[in-house]
Amino acid sequence: MTAARLPRLATLAFGFAFLYAPIVLLVIYSFNASKLVTVWAGFSTQWYASLFSNAQLVASAKISLQIAAISACIATFNGTLAAFALERFGAFRTRTLFVGSIYAPLVIPEVILGLSLLLIFVAFGISRGFWTIVAGHATFTMCFAAVVIRARLAGMDRSLEEAAMDLGAGPVTTFLRIVLPQLTPALVSAWMLAFILSLDDLVIASFTSGPGSTTLPMRIYSQVRLGVTPEINAMSSLLLAAVGLALLVSSVLSRKRAS
Amino acid sequence: MRRGALSGGRLWALLVPYGWLALFFLAPLALVAKISLSKSIIAQPPYEPVFNLSDGVGAWLEQAQKFALTAYRGLGDDPLYLESYLSSLAIAGVSTALALVIAYPLALAIARSDPRRRSMLIALAVAPFWTSFLIRVYAWIAILKDEGFLNLALMKIGLIDTPLTIYATNVAVVIGIVYSYLPFVVLPIYNSLEKQDASLREAAADLGAGPLATFWKVTLPLSLPGVIAGALLMFIPAVGEFVIPDLLGGSDTIMIGRTMWNDFFENRDWPAASAGAIVLLALLVGPIVWFERRQSKGQGA
Repeated sequence: MTAARLPRLATLAFGFAFLYAPIVLLVIYSFNASKLVTVWAGFSTQWYASLFSNAQLVASAKISLQIAAISACIATFNGTLAAFALERFGAFRTRTLFVGSIYAPLVIPEVILGLSLLLIFVAFGISRGFWTIVAGHATFTMCFAAVVIRARLAGMDRSLEEAAMDLGAGPVTTFLRIVLPQLTPALVSAWMLAFILSLDDLVIASFTSGPGSTTLPMRIYSQVRLGVTPEINAMSSLLLAAVGLALLVSSVLSRKRAS
Repeated sequence: MRRGALSGGRLWALLVPYGWLALFFLAPLALVAKISLSKSIIAQPPYEPVFNLSDGVGAWLEQAQKFALTAYRGLGDDPLYLESYLSSLAIAGVSTALALVIAYPLALAIARSDPRRRSMLIALAVAPFWTSFLIRVYAWIAILKDEGFLNLALMKIGLIDTPLTIYATNVAVVIGIVYSYLPFVVLPIYNSLEKQDASLREAAADLGAGPLATFWKVTLPLSLPGVIAGALLMFIPAVGEFVIPDLLGGSDTIMIGRTMWNDFFENRDWPAASAGAIVLLALLVGPIVWFERRQSKGQGA
């Protein structure tokens, strides 16, 4: 269909320009020598240098990475079990409530999740800090993990498992040698998704954090409220580069596995 | 297997995630409902417990009646909350409609591209979702400001003489929401378009339908599940959005997420914020249940 070619290419060009122009501008102006974000005054890497001498930002980045790593592990573990329960356990009592608790947090506004978590921590006298953020993040990210892993489980060929069982493998052996290897790509993407969602979260972290546990998005947010600065552009560019690299590596890995 | 009975191993495998969700999702929501019924006291914690956890259900009902929903009545009296709900629904609705208008042609263009390039194109369209939400919203400040990139560009090509005021208005909020949630809308629409059998379109063409008629009668109706999934996936969280109205909106941009946040952190009126959360949840419960049904049945995530 050559007639439809031009509108199609125009749509693609417009769509991708809309999606990527803001990100590209942000990265370009992180190298701006001027303090003004929209006026170009020559190339400079000074904002990257000042970034690393900002002890507060570096400390927050560390906290965020730790929270993201721990909560992603919990989320992947819980999400795997939940995915099996949804896909393989058939009917059980209160299944509807369980399904609802998995799918609702995907869409419920974060403000509600954060507020409710804060109230429960206060009610039980738990002082807020690092671990309450981990718990909050592990809760909403496990739902995303469950959805990713469930999709993979649904597409898996069960005859392999049945064959293993017929040949005398117990359920544990079957799980470890047949199910787990097939599930690994989904587990990796679930972990990555949980990690990135945690790393990016501002709202739930703000409600569940305490003194001494300011995460990177909280730090960025409080600076952004004061105005646009090249230093935040530099910080953002580094984060974008990290995520871009991770996406590239994972797509290369999955292509290798597929071939 | 008998309905409702799970073997030992499966029972444990279910209890761990179920227990986690009960502790950190269901119990907190129940607590919000409870606190929304209590009287506001500016103290630490800033609410007066209406009842203790040990009181049981009977006492709960009795107390609930006695306090007669003080916080909810406050919501009714407070025009700020009513206005917040209405303008949140309006802003989220307009944004969702706009996002569909942008996302559908994009998803269609990707679905009709060379099969070898399709997966790369859709990955590119979804990739921004993986990058920081906060940063993507922040990027728009520099574009939309009075002396921002958009105004500079428009003035350079002579379309306008004086800068447009977009930043710190509801227009900026709508742009920010459309931009941030676009990948959520493109992906489900693309999935339903990509699954479509091309022979259906050929059959329609053979039977004399023009490209436009084929689109309205075949392509669009078949892709509606994807359109609905995308719209719900965007609309529900967008209603309660906090970051976007706070960073791109003006002081007159009132959205419920922001109003609750302010009540919570600045006015420290926890019962009012809790009642606000419960009402918001009640507003969204229809769309949320709809979304869940589609997801758990259709399995298309």
